[in-house]
Amino acid sequence: MTEIVVEINGRSIRRQIEPNLLLVDLLRQDLDLTGTHVGCDTAQCGACTVHIDGHAAKACNVLAVQVDGSYVTTIEGLSRGNDMSVVQAAFKEAHGLQCGFCTPGMVMAATDLLSKTPKPTEAEIRTGLKGNICRCTGYHNIVKAVQIASGQTTV
Amino acid sequence: MTSTNAIGEAVKRREDFRFLKGLGRYTDDINIPRQTYCYFLRSSVAHAQIGRIDVSQALVAPGVVAVFTQADIDASGPVGGLPCGWQVTGKDGAVMKEPKHPILAAGKVRHVGDPIVAVIAETLAEARNAAELIDVELAELAAVVDMKKAIAGGGQTVHAEAPDNLCYDWELGDKAAVDAAFASAAHVTKLDLVNNRLIANAIEPRVAIGHYELANGDYTLYTTSQNPHVIRLLMGAFVLQIPEHKLRVYAPDVGGGFGSKIFHYAEEAFVTWASKQILRPVKWTADRSESFITDAHGRDHVTHVEMAFDKNANIIALKCETLANMGAYLSTFAPSVPTWLHGTLLAGQYRTPAIHCNVKAVFTNTVPVDAYRGAGRPEATFILERTLSKAARELGLDQIEIRRRNFIKNDQFPYQTPVAVVYDTGDYAASMDKAIELADVSGFPARKAASKAKGKLRGLGVASYIEACGIAPSSLVGSLGARAGLFEAATVRVNPTGSVTVLTGSHSHGQGHETTFAQVVAEKLGIPMESVEIVHGDTNRVPFGLGTYGSRSLAVGGTAIVNALDKVIEKGRKIAAFLLEAAEADIEFKDGSFQVKGTDKKKAFGEISLAAYVPHKYPLETLEPGLEETAFYDPKNFTFPAGTYICEVEIDPRTGEVVIASFVAADDFGNIVNPMIVEGQVHGGLAQGIGQALLEHAVYDDNGQLKSGSYMDYTMPRADDLPSFTVATTVTACTHNPLGVKGCGEAGAIGSPPAVINAICDALSEYGVDHIDMPATPARIWAAIRAAK
Ligand code: FES
Ligand code: FES
Repeated sequence: MTEIVVEINGRSIRRQIEPNLLLVDLLRQDLDLTGTHVGCDTAQCGACTVHIDGHAAKACNVLAVQVDGSYVTTIEGLSRGNDMSVVQAAFKEAHGLQCGFCTPGMVMAATDLLSKTPKPTEAEIRTGLKGNICRCTGYHNIVKAVQIASGQTTV
Repeated sequence: MTSTNAIGEAVKRREDFRFLKGLGRYTDDINIPRQTYCYFLRSSVAHAQIGRIDVSQALVAPGVVAVFTQADIDASGPVGGLPCGWQVTGKDGAVMKEPKHPILAAGKVRHVGDPIVAVIAETLAEARNAAELIDVELAELAAVVDMKKAIAGGGQTVHAEAPDNLCYDWELGDKAAVDAAFASAAHVTKLDLVNNRLIANAIEPRVAIGHYELANGDYTLYTTSQNPHVIRLLMGAFVLQIPEHKLRVYAPDVGGGFGSKIFHYAEEAFVTWASKQILRPVKWTADRSESFITDAHGRDHVTHVEMAFDKNANIIALKCETLANMGAYLSTFAPSVPTWLHGTLLAGQYRTPAIHCNVKAVFTNTVPVDAYRGAGRPEATFILERTLSKAARELGLDQIEIRRRNFIKNDQFPYQTPVAVVYDTGDYAASMDKAIELADVSGFPARKAASKAKGKLRGLGVASYIEACGIAPSSLVGSLGARAGLFEAATVRVNPTGSVTVLTGSHSHGQGHETTFAQVVAEKLGIPMESVEIVHGDTNRVPFGLGTYGSRSLAVGGTAIVNALDKVIEKGRKIAAFLLEAAEADIEFKDGSFQVKGTDKKKAFGEISLAAYVPHKYPLETLEPGLEETAFYDPKNFTFPAGTYICEVEIDPRTGEVVIASFVAADDFGNIVNPMIVEGQVHGGLAQGIGQALLEHAVYDDNGQLKSGSYMDYTMPRADDLPSFTVATTVTACTHNPLGVKGCGEAGAIGSPPAVINAICDALSEYGVDHIDMPATPARIWAAIRAAK
């Protein structure tokens, strides 16, 4: 057992954990933050994307001990109560989600993309999101959602 | 009523809030107190005789609660195997071979991934660690992989019940008429086609939680299913012998299905059975590697097709021979896919007078194959549309012209095809015209020249598809071998204050029913959408249902809702007549009020519902109180969405790399309730169809090992593999359901593969390449160009 202190969605958490515990399991199993999903076992789908110290990362590919001293934002921490962040609202506006399973990861990846490239071209959006698989939308409306969130278009 | 409620409006989805906030409730998000975790030790070889199984070390490993094999299941009492829901009768009345499919492997393992032992422990890690201590003796047998070799005789057999590995040998159509037409043909086009094996790969892996409660003998199965009532029926009645009133199947938010979550899987039955043995809940969550080797695969047809033409390029006959892979066991609806969902669509949009189709279904040591988005219809469309484009080239005709010449004309509906089905309506020229306009076909030569100037090849591909949705009526599908009805059920429960709870047997796993169905209800009742709740997915709340697949939800499930609404309005009219002291015939229901015709005397919907539940002033002698109605709707015919897709590709001949320059889809889905959701369905279907054409392939080696068994090997379409799409619709309303809708869920995956391959073949025509197999990878294209040079 190792002790970690990590800030998750603005709350400081102190936990004794097994050193082989994955961040995604800490979130889903121990903290009941089930918005972060698991879609694969090879770090390829991006369903588990969260932000660690402000940067997108695949929580299935990070050990919980590695976030000791960091701050982590999950989909649950992106907005409060009935609010939605600009990116969340744009996904709804553009119909950028269907089954919703890839969605938390996709929104976290898109949020990260826009924080680094506020006005991405379509090609930049497609490249920027290629680490996240969506089987439902064909990406068309996800691209549109990111364009809306970046203020470059409306529906 | 606000106008945004109306049918036809692009209403934003009400389910999005919870999904976007991370508040969706998927099966793996559910945890039950005292829950245990299940891990399946699966076969790592494709075909072997099972010898001794030694679980003694695992039993005493830390955290282990129980270890089970099929012998334990057999010893527990009468437990059946996994049932097949469709019996195909082949040539000469021979019924298909239907080998047993035990929950855990018995005697032999038949594919990589076949479960042999189940370990249940306090944590998943403990279950997994304990499984490593199990010793299973496997005497390996030669794997049956290639379909042609499988049925050639002399090799291994997958099942003793099918000594030649043949499940059935089925035919449809008039062979004599076809032979006669071929004898008189001016031209015959021949083609050998492979419809590549695919894996649905819904991003949510399958999950099952079984929970038996000793207190009352009730079972609950939480599962990732597209059709919880079907699972309750199959698992309860055929596998575990649990009466339906003691079994609840609950499929909450489900993260995509595409067919792969229709079927009843071994894990569902196992966790439910095991929970009773250990008197604790049992949870199983697939990891992705497990999904690859246990979720039913799709497609996997090998076809030889010949199309005969007269001297004016009219199609006079079609014949095709197909080998269809069933995999190692018959999955729930597997036998229907290459037969009734495939052969019946071989007329396409064309007046082909004579068709004959023969399908041999083959057992192999591979994962079972069953319906995947489109299921049989993509294979039929690929056959027709590839053959027509090849024929056009051979005949020196334009690929649009050859299609137009053969289209069924608008005045020919209803149209009886030579392959059993009757198309109710359509306007194939309209969707073709729309696609041509949007694709700017007339500008193609200039774009091709521009590509050439850059050293690139450019090609244009056309495909006109038809599909059949809302498969029905039950009496017909019963006569074709279905062991289930194909109706749908809905209950409209009007609450005392006028809000409405709708219980639907359809299941949403991305389709947005909570929005679309609410639009229908809000418009029909003239109440705000906010007053309508759609409930689905829970056999304890919804009276009955057959679920969502085959693009049936709105055409069949939506019609059941409309019929229940009509009953509600009928009863409301009676109540209103009493309250307004008018004749029932004089009451009309309009804009949310019951009104005496020609007067301003009226009662709002909420007043009527309140009167029904507080029946102080109410016709109690002739009418029951309450306002809740149920309808079961069995469709009179299939619906027939159709359309034309045009794909333009640019190929770099030095690398074989294909870029989709544009993709246009013009579909006729009948009337549309929510165009935003319909477009989204088309986009998703196109991505899967383009994925099939360019990227995806489930490949087995000769030993039956799945070589593309992870996202590192199986190429899923990613954002940078696809273009933005241009989609549009034309409308001919379905003639036999009240909404006039046809279904839109699968079209994209049906029409796009031949459009892409036709475009590639068009681009490569200058090299004389006339066919390329899917997936058309850069390596294949490069090799084809090299070979041609
Ligand atoms: S779960 Fe697939 S990348 Fe993390
Ligand atoms: S919305 Fe279903 S996987 Fe993206």
